[in-house]
Amino acid sequence: MAQMSYLDAVRTALAQEMRRDPAVWAVGEDLGRGGVFGQYRGLVEEFGPARICDAPISEAAILGVAVGAAMLGTRPVVEMRFADFALCAMDELVNQAAKARFMFGGQARVPIVVREPIGMWRSSAAQHSQSLEAWYAHVPGLIVACPATPADAAGLLRTAIRSDDPVVFMEHKNLWGLEGEMPDDPDHCIKFGAARRVRAGRDVTIVSWSAQVHVCAAAAETLAAEGIAAEVIDLRTLWPWDRAAVFASVGRTGRLLVAHEAVAVGGFGAEVAATVAEQRAAALRAPVRRLGAPRALIGYAPPVEDAVRVTAPMIAAAARAMVAGQ
Amino acid sequence: MERPHAAAGVPAGRNLDLGRLRAHHRLMLRIRALEETALRGLAEKQVFGAIHPSIGQEAVAAGVVAQLLRDDILLSTHRGHGHTLAKGASAGAMLMELLGRAGGVCGGKGGSMHIADFGVGMLGANGVVAANIVIAAGAAHAIRLQGGARIVCCLFGDGAINRGPFLEGLNWAAAFRLPVLFVCEDNGFAATTRAAALTAGPGASARARALGVPAEEVDGNDVLAVEAAAAALIAAVRGGGGPRLLHARTYRLTGHTAADAAAYRPADEVAAARARDPIALAAAWLAEAGVPEAEIAADRAAAAAEMAAAYDAACAAPFPDAAAAFRDVQDIGSPAEMPF
Ligand SMILES: Cc1ncc(C[n+]2csc(CCOP(=O)(O)OP(=O)(O)O)c2C)c(N)n1
Repeated sequence: MAQMSYLDAVRTALAQEMRRDPAVWAVGEDLGRGGVFGQYRGLVEEFGPARICDAPISEAAILGVAVGAAMLGTRPVVEMRFADFALCAMDELVNQAAKARFMFGGQARVPIVVREPIGMWRSSAAQHSQSLEAWYAHVPGLIVACPATPADAAGLLRTAIRSDDPVVFMEHKNLWGLEGEMPDDPDHCIKFGAARRVRAGRDVTIVSWSAQVHVCAAAAETLAAEGIAAEVIDLRTLWPWDRAAVFASVGRTGRLLVAHEAVAVGGFGAEVAATVAEQRAAALRAPVRRLGAPRALIGYAPPVEDAVRVTAPMIAAAARAMVAGQ
Repeated sequence: MERPHAAAGVPAGRNLDLGRLRAHHRLMLRIRALEETALRGLAEKQVFGAIHPSIGQEAVAAGVVAQLLRDDILLSTHRGHGHTLAKGASAGAMLMELLGRAGGVCGGKGGSMHIADFGVGMLGANGVVAANIVIAAGAAHAIRLQGGARIVCCLFGDGAINRGPFLEGLNWAAAFRLPVLFVCEDNGFAATTRAAALTAGPGASARARALGVPAEEVDGNDVLAVEAAAAALIAAVRGGGGPRLLHARTYRLTGHTAADAAAYRPADEVAAARARDPIALAAAWLAEAGVPEAEIAADRAAAAAEMAAAYDAACAAPFPDAAAAFRDVQDIGSPAEMPF
């Protein structure tokens, strides 16, 4: 185990995958200078400009090129820079990448990884801060990964690169600097659809993913001091999502709270909450609850930005009320 | 079939390869027969979805695609039956696809707008206008990464040049000097709108040249002219010269889809286009070169018979089972194991 930042973990994992499989290459804007966050730093020196490929500011082409190149047997890792800019390539992702295998009757495979950095990152404002993971979970054909730790980011990225189906891989910008343990094994892959129990507890299950996992963990810490034992579950992937783990936890606690950074309306928390309400009603001692951002935009000024955050005190308050039967 | 008008002779000075012209003529007849059969299937309620016929545009498919090698890659549009057949797909499997049968080239899951045959390098028609242009650049990018002499050919309509992927795809192919032949198959219409009415500037070739992509224009109803132009451009592309664009002017003799009566076009315009039907032109050249009318008629009958037999076979073939809806979606998190 080495101590590593989230950014270095994905950088290391990508390099290992590129060494392992010559069909893997990365394409996106400014990759030759390390990428906008430094997550490609040093890679062009090792792999050269053909495999760490600088792209014009043509998001539709970056994704469309990846689709065509994947159909011919290469394995592109696509950098979208910010999840917000991936919207310029929605047709290529949703109508082409996600559907080619099915609509051509199994003739096509599109093994691409689409990296979309998400989330609020101080004062990035409305077009550089979104968490749109629920959009992709809605699209058949796609896998959606939202890692919360360095080890998960590396392990899920390896699995994503080795996947024969398209994966939307959403790194949280606020996590780049997060330090954590990174397994040394270059083949350490994390299965899609396997949640991680961050903390065990018997009173309430709190489900989350990506950076919000850490906010939930902080809330659980507060609750513990009050004698409320919250179980925190990190889904790690939204499609597929580990309903068995969530069901098992709710079976123990009888209470479910889902918390995420994204807008609550139509968010993936609604999917988790509805599934548990439909399929585990008998286990529930309290109505399910979800916490997400208001259906509002993300503003620039710190107080405006903070107004749409789901904070640890909000999570703790919701859990407390559920346990108190309110 | 109407007789070509008197002016339709083989232009002087052209070196006529009778064997090739005969082959082009046969291929165009097969494309025409396939699409007429598809329209029959629609009338007989055996074909279910929209059909965009390329009737009148067959010389582009024959002239361009015949220049490609089997290993070369082809990408097409919603109006792609002719291109697909020309690349070597089986007419039987194509008709099965149009009839939604399990034996279709996509297992009955794609239909007309997603017809594809990866076995012959045909990476798909596309239901989204211009989407294939960036995918084609990607196929060429993969060829560059993998090495090899293959090239990519990407056909699209005149309406497609007003979408962003036209700019992004051509720029990409030019910036990386990729082996792609782009073909703008200009039938004058974008669905029911005259493309020129809403297209600024002189059109596809000028836009390509502005990106440093050499472009040629050609009479898209003259299969020999198309072939000659395509051959020269393909040689340049195959030689590592980077992308090229061919702008082929033709005319769609039917409506946009089988459901479109195309009443927005004046009758004399359509009549003039009919008089330049690419198949009739080729037949006239064959006759002029001494091919007996009976042989030309026999080719026509053979194409019709081939498609009629394929249609009968498709009508008798089984549909895919409902479980096909859950196959080939994705391996992990597939709807077969996780409906929701
Ligand atoms: C992005 C997109 N917009 C609109 C349509 C609907 N549509 C299908 S074909 C067509 C016309 C396309 O014109 P052109 O590219 O000239 O090809 P043609 O139909 O003439 O062969 C339109 C508008 C579509 N399929 N995709």
